[in-house]
Formats: sequence, C-alpha cells, structure tokens
Amino acid sequence: MNIPISADMASIVKEGVFFGFLIVTVVGALLATCAKRMVRAVFGLVVCFIGVAGIYYFLGSPFISLMQLMIYVGAVAITIAFAIMLAEPDEDKIEAKTPPLAGPFAVVLGVAVTWALAAASLGAKWMNPAPVEKEGTITQVGEALLTNYSMVFELVSIVLLIAILGSLVVARSGRDKSC
Amino acid sequence: MLTLSTQLDTYLFLGAMLFGFGVFGLVKRPSLIGMLISAELILCGASVNFMAFNHFLAPDKTVGQIMTLFIMAIAAAEAAIAMSIIIAVYRNYRSVETQDLSDLQG
Repeated sequence: MNIPISADMASIVKEGVFFGFLIVTVVGALLATCAKRMVRAVFGLVVCFIGVAGIYYFLGSPFISLMQLMIYVGAVAITIAFAIMLAEPDEDKIEAKTPPLAGPFAVVLGVAVTWALAAASLGAKWMNPAPVEKEGTITQVGEALLTNYSMVFELVSIVLLIAILGSLVVARSGRDKSC
Repeated sequence: MLTLSTQLDTYLFLGAMLFGFGVFGLVKRPSLIGMLISAELILCGASVNFMAFNHFLAPDKTVGQIMTLFIMAIAAAEAAIAMSIIIAVYRNYRSVETQDLSDLQG
C-alpha cells in the first residue's frame, strides 16, 4: 500500500521534528544547570547534547552529528560522570553553603548575556550567501583535514596526547596506598 | 507557514541561549563539577554558531565542520584535565566546592 505524502505534510513533519530537537536542547541545558543532584545534571547535559546532534543533522552534516554523539555523549559526559563518582560531591552541604545572592545574580547575568548575544547576532546584517564552492561532504571534510588543515590536525593530536598524560600525572600525584 | 529550520536566526538564537545557560551555570554552581558541565555548554553554543554560519553563509562548507571537530577535541581534552584536577583537589581538601579552596586567601 502506498500512501501519497504531500510536500506540505512532509515539511510540517520536518518542522515538528526540528522543534522537538530545539525543546530537547533547551530542556537539557536547563536540567544541566539547575538540577540539584550532580548525576541529574550530567543526564541533562547528555540530553542537551543529543538535541544539539539533531540540530547539526538539520544543518546538513550527519558526520558532525554522529561525532557529537560519540565524543560528547560517549566520552565527555562519561568523563564527568567518573569525576562525580570519584569525588563524591556532597550536594546537601553544597546547597547550604551557596551564597544567597548567587542564584539571582546568575539569572540576571545569564539573561543579560543571552540578550546581548542574541541582539547582536539577530540585529546584524549578514552578507549575502556566497556561491557554494564545496558541498561539505565527508570526503571533502577528510581531504581538507589532511591537506589545508593538516598542521592543526597534528597539533590537536599532540594537545590530546599531552592532555591525557597531564591528567594522569595530576591525578596520580599525592596518591598513597592507604586511600 | 512557520519555517524555523531554514532560518539562520533560529540557530544563532539557540547558540546564544546555550552560551547564556553556560554563563548562568558557571556563576550559579558552587562546585567544580557543576562549573565543568557549564563550560561544556558554552563550548557547545560556540559550535552551534560555527555550524549555522557554515551551513547558511560560507562558500566552502567544510570549514565550519572542521572547526567544530577541533572544538570537540579541545572540549574532550579540557574535560580530561578538569577531571584530573577535580580528583587531585578532592584528594587534598576532601571537597570539590569553590568555597573550601581558600588557602591563599590569607
């Protein structure tokens, strides 16, 4: 059976999915910044990253969307979860010790920063889109990484190597048998 | 009809909002781990902006994607180092709150 789908309906569905990803992103960010328990904050971060991965898909690059899922959801969020498990933050004590004005001040600052950035970027008159030279397929991204950006590529690998070694050294120092 | 997904402004506003959430959390959270989570949100907002400009305005659509990949690599390195610093701080102070790390305050 073949149900004909009109172009109008397809675009409504597309907009609906996009709106869903927007909501998921914002709710995740809200959870990540406002949840009392740190583990829930990490979960909110994961939700936010999944939403952003969907946004990247709408921006025409499934590859970056997949990388977002792999690196952020798979690696960064797990790293933060390990930090919580190893450092066991005492949430109830933290709540009691928070300066009373930190919350309202944070809200004012966050709204001000968002408003300023949004006003600057929405009010600006962007240049007209230039004629497309490269479509940005995975093949082209790979070629550009190994030709135009090969130096930066190598430097990023060295940065990652040093970060791994440095984090091992920092986390290891001061460790004794008793604890 | 409402077409949010084909407008640059939607993505720019989302990027600004993620950045704002990050700043909000960075000020609000009293613990190092919460601040690390907020810093990741800030980096994510920057990536969204790069991808939006890449899709809508750039002639060469590989540039923004590669920049986003580099931001991801830097974010991963940052998370690893921040985790090791948090563990070292916890080992020395038995706490990860910014209020307790006041040895140099005099």
